Amino acid sequence: MKTLASTPGLFLRLGAPISVIVAAILALLMVACALLASLIAPYDPTDLASFELINAELPPAFATDGDPRFLLGTDNQGRDLLSAMLYGARVSIAIGGGAVLLAATLGVTLGLLAGYYGGRIDALIMRIGDVILSFPTILLALLVSGIARAIFPGAATAEWAPLILICAIAIHEWVQYARTVRAATMVETAKDYVRAAKVIGLPPRRIMLRHILPNVMSSVLVISTINLAAAVLTEATLSFLGVGMPPTYPSLGTLIRIGNEFVFSGIWWIALFPALALVILVLAVNIVGDWLRDRFNPKLRVKR
Amino acid sequence: MLKVLISRLGQAALVMLVVSAVSFVMFRYVGDPVATLSRENASVEEKAALRRSLGLDQPLVVQYGRFLGRTLSGDLGISYRNQRPVTQLIAERLPATLELVLVATILSLSLGIPLGVLCALKPHGVAARLVQALSLIGISTPTFVTGIVLILVFAVSLGWLPSFGRGQVVDLGWWSTGFLTVSGLKSLLLPGITLALYQLTLIMRLVRAEMIDVLSSDYIRFARARGLPTRYIHFRLALRNALMPVITVTGLQIGSLIAFAIVTETVFQWPGMGLLFIQAVSFVDIPVMAAYLLFVGLLFVLINAVVDILYAVVDPRLRARSA
Amino acid sequence: MTAPTPPVLAIEGLRVDYPLAGGEVFTAVENASLVIRPGEIHALVGESGAGKTTIGNTVMGLLEKPGRIAAGAINIDGRRFDATRGSAAGIVLGRDVGAVFQDPMTSLNPLFTIESQLTEAMRFHLGLGKAAARARALELLESVGIPEPRRRLKAYPHQLSGGQRQRVVIAAALSCNPRLVVADEPTTALDVSVQAQILKLLRDLADSRGIGILLVTHNMGVVAQIADRVTIMHRGKVVETGTTEEVLRRPKAAYARALIGAVPRIDQRLDRFPVLGDEGKGRAEEARAELRAELRARAQGPDSRADPSPILSVENLCVDYSAGGWLPGSRGRPFRAVDDVSFSVRSGEVFGLVGESGCGKTTIANVVSGLVRPSAGRVLYQGRSIAGDGATRRVGPLRQAIQMIFQDPYSSLNGRMRIGSILSEPILFYRLADTRAQAESDVARLIEAVGLEAEAAQRFPHAFSGGQRQRLSIARALGARPRLIVCDEPTSSLDVSVQAQILNLLKDLRDATGLTLLLISHDLAVVRQMCDRVAVMRQGQLLEQADSETLFDRPQHPYTRELLSLVPTLDRIRGEPKAA
Repeated sequence: MKTLASTPGLFLRLGAPISVIVAAILALLMVACALLASLIAPYDPTDLASFELINAELPPAFATDGDPRFLLGTDNQGRDLLSAMLYGARVSIAIGGGAVLLAATLGVTLGLLAGYYGGRIDALIMRIGDVILSFPTILLALLVSGIARAIFPGAATAEWAPLILICAIAIHEWVQYARTVRAATMVETAKDYVRAAKVIGLPPRRIMLRHILPNVMSSVLVISTINLAAAVLTEATLSFLGVGMPPTYPSLGTLIRIGNEFVFSGIWWIALFPALALVILVLAVNIVGDWLRDRFNPKLRVKR
Repeated sequence: MLKVLISRLGQAALVMLVVSAVSFVMFRYVGDPVATLSRENASVEEKAALRRSLGLDQPLVVQYGRFLGRTLSGDLGISYRNQRPVTQLIAERLPATLELVLVATILSLSLGIPLGVLCALKPHGVAARLVQALSLIGISTPTFVTGIVLILVFAVSLGWLPSFGRGQVVDLGWWSTGFLTVSGLKSLLLPGITLALYQLTLIMRLVRAEMIDVLSSDYIRFARARGLPTRYIHFRLALRNALMPVITVTGLQIGSLIAFAIVTETVFQWPGMGLLFIQAVSFVDIPVMAAYLLFVGLLFVLINAVVDILYAVVDPRLRARSA
Repeated sequence: MTAPTPPVLAIEGLRVDYPLAGGEVFTAVENASLVIRPGEIHALVGESGAGKTTIGNTVMGLLEKPGRIAAGAINIDGRRFDATRGSAAGIVLGRDVGAVFQDPMTSLNPLFTIESQLTEAMRFHLGLGKAAARARALELLESVGIPEPRRRLKAYPHQLSGGQRQRVVIAAALSCNPRLVVADEPTTALDVSVQAQILKLLRDLADSRGIGILLVTHNMGVVAQIADRVTIMHRGKVVETGTTEEVLRRPKAAYARALIGAVPRIDQRLDRFPVLGDEGKGRAEEARAELRAELRARAQGPDSRADPSPILSVENLCVDYSAGGWLPGSRGRPFRAVDDVSFSVRSGEVFGLVGESGCGKTTIANVVSGLVRPSAGRVLYQGRSIAGDGATRRVGPLRQAIQMIFQDPYSSLNGRMRIGSILSEPILFYRLADTRAQAESDVARLIEAVGLEAEAAQRFPHAFSGGQRQRLSIARALGARPRLIVCDEPTSSLDVSVQAQILNLLKDLRDATGLTLLLISHDLAVVRQMCDRVAVMRQGQLLEQADSETLFDRPQHPYTRELLSLVPTLDRIRGEPKAA
């Protein structure tokens, strides 16, 4: 395992431009802050007793009328925005990461099976994938969380909402993994080292896991980076639309939703700071992902 | 081509079947229609009568068949929330969404393709790098954030453009359009840009990748070796190859624009189908959700079919298969 | 002397550099000079990395960045040509230099008609109108021997066969009457019979139109058949140049001698290939002796070479490939890749299976090694059915006796595994070693047996060259202690000198261990050098099988005779009186 500290060094060795290294450091920093939210946040935004309505809608500390206790101001309930954002980022990243993990596990497994065996298994998995892909992520996710809410009254609570969001996002994203891994598996399966393993008589499970999987892993990692960014965005969108995380346990998207109601009254910070954090986080991950894709996907390299 | 067409039709039918089944299941099992439709303190007998009148005592297959029959005849039920026929609600909202999507599609294609070509032809130029960087920001910014920022700048701070609604619309029979009034056009601007931005970056990046791929192909090398002028090679030969996948993606894009319209419409309080749907989701207004799903499913299937046919017409390799 | 016509191409002291990261420079071509006169075909030959393609690209103006011409000059038709800028001093690429590429499948744009691709250069360079260009395109198609040219003009590339596409590519190269044509491996992607037609076309064009042709190729047979002059390159330098007859018959430079010596001959069988430099002997002899003792012990029988019974019999084998769809009705008509083929391989012999691409030979290799299931017929190993009718469910132990080596050395070893793990996999899987340490020493012995150092086990495949990888692939096959090795085009992606080494290694191993080899190849010369008996296939059917000597000296089937007459070989050099 690479430790966090050695990651920039790794990127340097791979010849990454400085912008990618900065983005990687920034992304790691934001993830670290979010994970350590309970340690570094000045207040506990989930503790309803800790905030008071007198402090509601205070502008950031550096603006006129700012309160030095609240660096980035407060929301409509008097909650410290910085703390809420740190906790919110943690929720966003956890849900995004969970969705990517679920989608990757499912998609890689199905992609390996489809690519290795071909035939009907392949056709079945890919048809299902086609049908799912003919609907945009956001629509499918809306539908899943909408239906979940309708069937299951507890779906909107802080305990269940994250799980439902993870499933709602992963239901679309696994297809991309399955397609990529299937294509890569087909290429690898046709290669002579896999034929050699078959001639030796190795069982399919071993060929798939020991021989093929390590060779398709780099593309899985590249997709995962880009999908993590996409998943965080989807979660934020769902929460913004009011079918994601509840206001009592907000993600970045929920905070923006809350802030959106105040934009017209000139109270810009409640929406803008979480939005900025979201964009910077996603941008940083995307910069890294984009570079990884250019570097590891030979199709995009100019030279033959 | 006939084979392609048949397999596509099969897939379209499959999609519609899945969609209708999902929306039927929603209708039937999500929430209790009887509880929703009957008075709060209705007696058991009253409820049973309602159940019979709704046909809920029939076998499942019969219910599904009836559901399909009703759907095909245009009866999509009554909205729980508005107490009006869903078909009517959707018909009212449809023009708003389609006009928004049209504006966004035109914007994203007319800017995305030239920018993508630019980035592929001069990948190390200043302009290309700038566009590349902006496109990364573009795909990293969620639609609703773009919308909020645009509202903050152009509506709240500068006060140039309206921040919500369609403005004045003109009724042309069953279609209401915002294209014919100044306020309608002004109102279209911000939501249109918001919706287009994300798609624009996707198209631009796709065109760039395809173009780079095509430019390194053997047939382009062969064209260079024949000494053809560079402009001719780039814009007459390579662009045509690079645009083939764009056709497919544009089809999918229109689909996803309809979906992303949900977000844009929420931000701008645009009275389209997306807003209708998202309100239905938060009120668990099942008939509206189911109808929206069916409707959007149908739209996607139609778009996909058009794209496939278009593709077969444009690509000689597919055209030949019909022979 | 009369006023000489200027050469169509004169390269003087050309040097091409590729700047590398870190300020270093890789010199791809150094001080290269050559002259081509009108009507002359000049072959530029060498192994991979020799710099021949770089010269070809430079003359075509396709030198890719960051490559640059560091010194020297290129003169086309007596005018100095600035290859870095693509045109200068009245020379226009495409008008004065025609280009023909290797792969006709990818050289033509799939979205445009033949007419459009043929006429565009004429309209730009010659200023012809639509009708005039069209008339000339028709003429061109006729002159390159395309039937029904009027209909073909409207066709798209995918509607033509590979040979026809290459003719169209040649027609496009000729469209503006260039004095010089650069042909980069123009027949490498084609089958022998199509290759013969294309080579004849090129020769005719040179003779009748006085075009000079720079022919970049790695195939000595092609050179012998159509070139007037030859330049041999090695690591960016010209090592020898002269008339075809001089260079091929009496090479002076050591490298040229070795290169020409390594080309397999089709006219007579040699004991070994002469090879240049180190064959990597090391402890090979010893390791092979140990291996032999072990194989003998496992074989539980008399020395296999004395055993006349077949080790492998293929009986009435048929293989169908169906274009599989999932929905009913979407299945295409099955394609019969192998059609009622029977042959048997005797213990200890080398049996060759030859044919052009698509003839079904690789499918048979796949059936024998268990990768593909037959549709009908069966395969017997030592009398027991291992595939098809009557095959037992548990053929595992029998599978161990049949191993395989593959065509592409770059994909036949898993790049994510160390050589040690790759080689020990079959050993551990078949429990041929009791302990891990024993497996490791076994792996070391195998590596030595194929002529490499035992330390190779610690490294990953990318540390090895193509030839070394092929040795390791052979070692892996040996690890399972097989009796029969199926060799599927084992040398066709290797350079000729490396091919000679690998073929020598296979011969040595066969002699040392008494292995039986089933050799699949499209290269008749390789088959002649290696095999005791040979079968010829075409379109899934086995046409003829015979002893190697009989087949090559007195072929019975007309197809075999045709193939043998078409193969370009070193023993038939252009302009040389036919040997009696």
